[in-house]
Amino acid sequence: MSSPRVLIVDDHRLFRSGVRAELEPLLEIAGEAGAVDEAVEAIAEHGPEVVLLDVHMPDGGGVEVIRRAAERGLHTCFLALSVSDAPEDVIAVIRAGARGYVTKNIAPEDLADAVRRVHDGDAVFSPRLAGFVLDAFAGPAPHPETELDALTPREREVIQHIARGYMYKEIALRLEISPKTVEAHVSSVLRKLQLSSRHELSRWAADRGL
Amino acid sequence: MRRDHAAGWLGGVCAGIARRYGVDAALVRLAFVVATVAGGFGIVLYALLWLVMPAGDSVRRSRLPSGRGAIEVALGTGLLLISVLLAFRGLGIWFSDAVAWPLVLIVSGGALIWRGSATASPAPQEPPTAPLVRGEPEQRPIRPEVARAAAAISRTGVGVALVILAGFVFLQATDALSAARDVILAVIAVVVVLGAIFAPWVLRLFRSLTEERAQRIRSQERAEMAAHLHDSVLQTLALVQRRSTDPQEVAALARRQERELRAWLSERPAPGKAAALAPALEAAAAEVEERHGVPVEVVVVGERELDSNLEALVAAAREAMTNAAKFGAGSPVDVYAESNSDTVHVYVRDRGPGFDPGALPPDRHGVRESIVGRMERHGGRARIASDPETGTEVELELPARADR
Repeated sequence: MSSPRVLIVDDHRLFRSGVRAELEPLLEIAGEAGAVDEAVEAIAEHGPEVVLLDVHMPDGGGVEVIRRAAERGLHTCFLALSVSDAPEDVIAVIRAGARGYVTKNIAPEDLADAVRRVHDGDAVFSPRLAGFVLDAFAGPAPHPETELDALTPREREVIQHIARGYMYKEIALRLEISPKTVEAHVSSVLRKLQLSSRHELSRWAADRGL
Repeated sequence: MRRDHAAGWLGGVCAGIARRYGVDAALVRLAFVVATVAGGFGIVLYALLWLVMPAGDSVRRSRLPSGRGAIEVALGTGLLLISVLLAFRGLGIWFSDAVAWPLVLIVSGGALIWRGSATASPAPQEPPTAPLVRGEPEQRPIRPEVARAAAAISRTGVGVALVILAGFVFLQATDALSAARDVILAVIAVVVVLGAIFAPWVLRLFRSLTEERAQRIRSQERAEMAAHLHDSVLQTLALVQRRSTDPQEVAALARRQERELRAWLSERPAPGKAAALAPALEAAAAEVEERHGVPVEVVVVGERELDSNLEALVAAAREAMTNAAKFGAGSPVDVYAESNSDTVHVYVRDRGPGFDPGALPPDRHGVRESIVGRMERHGGRARIASDPETGTEVELELPARADR
């Protein structure tokens, strides 16, 4: 596997240095940034292949970083890394273009693995994100005629396994498909999540009395 | 004795009496109807009781007064008065139409206005609104209190219109309208002039009041949040500093605090709401995590309120988590629950060395009784798959409406 250069974006200095210390033996760290402006500048300057992106930051958070990087034509992959449990935040950053979402309590090796996976063009789903996705695609589709609004049975099965804590390789074994196929399913789910007209936020919004 | 709005037809008087004395409301209603037909006494008594008996059932009172409710109140009061007047006529006492009809309108409108102000007056018992941490709490479009205020205004508006209409009908009927026209014009002119003069001032006053109120709510929220942080996070941080030599203890403290804070941030269950599957599983996971020092990650899809079968499911899941924590060689435990319209599934998984479910020693009550047996007793089932490579997974399944 290639070893991508990583930019760490988080407004907590302590957390940045912690991640840096954990990842340094495993990956090449291109730099750090602690705010939205700084992050966009750092992406332009260092050209990292993968950006570890905090969802919650002042001045717009991860979504804003992705938006402004795209505005300036900067090409990089984003992996959202957050303590946030709020589905609407996580889904928003995925819809903005992040290739995956992992929670901050992930083990360093798994994080490095996730970074490599995102760099290779795959999607990275933590069990929690898988749960959000299943929630989002639950219930009848608003536009049944578009395939974007529903998961195929196979995709649902794969995502359910991720939610149950299985690794891609284990899922491949259990479902008797190749790991590449598992990755294809996950990428397809990510695409649907980003493009579907299902703004499932409505359901969460209703839940939260918004 | 209280009026029972929820069960009542008109004012809840009959239902209230029925509830107080444990008789069928239909009988009470029948008694009132009979008393009304036989001389009009019933209707007078009903009106009196409606005025005298306090409204019961805070549940109903907190319901938004809808436009339809307003119309019903007006109609009901009007009809009530008409029947009283008819009863008077039956007794030989009769007023001229010039008095009777305006009276009906005035009482209907007046009832609306009075009841409107009566329901609006108790302080709104809103649950504490979301704290500011998540940002933009102002974006919530229609708040219940706003809707309530709007309903109260529209109700008062209907009432005012009815009363004004009554005035016109009275003037018209007594031929005083033409004479009063000049006066009315003058009054309208004065009102318009005064309005033009004072409107900006009143508007500004109103705006500053609203602002002040928002400020107060905000500072209240901040105080509430500060209190919570003080009780939880700061407390834990102090403990962490004191126990900094024991990494396991510190990790456990951090983990517990994290859970608590997350629950506080995301859930805030409405008071009185029945416990649901997700919080129950989270609580079980927290308990196991604390007792065995193994991280337990819970993901729940779909929502469901707990009933006795689901409680059994949660108990079985807790047992499975305990086993996973005990025998999983310290590997993190993944719990995944999914409920849809016909079944609830819970998966509990560890990456430990695994075991042979067929070769369980009979004294392992945990699996045999607390998991498999319990699920079967409640109409569900449990499956255990274990493998030295991939660890152990316990699958619990419960049909949504088992033996109900």
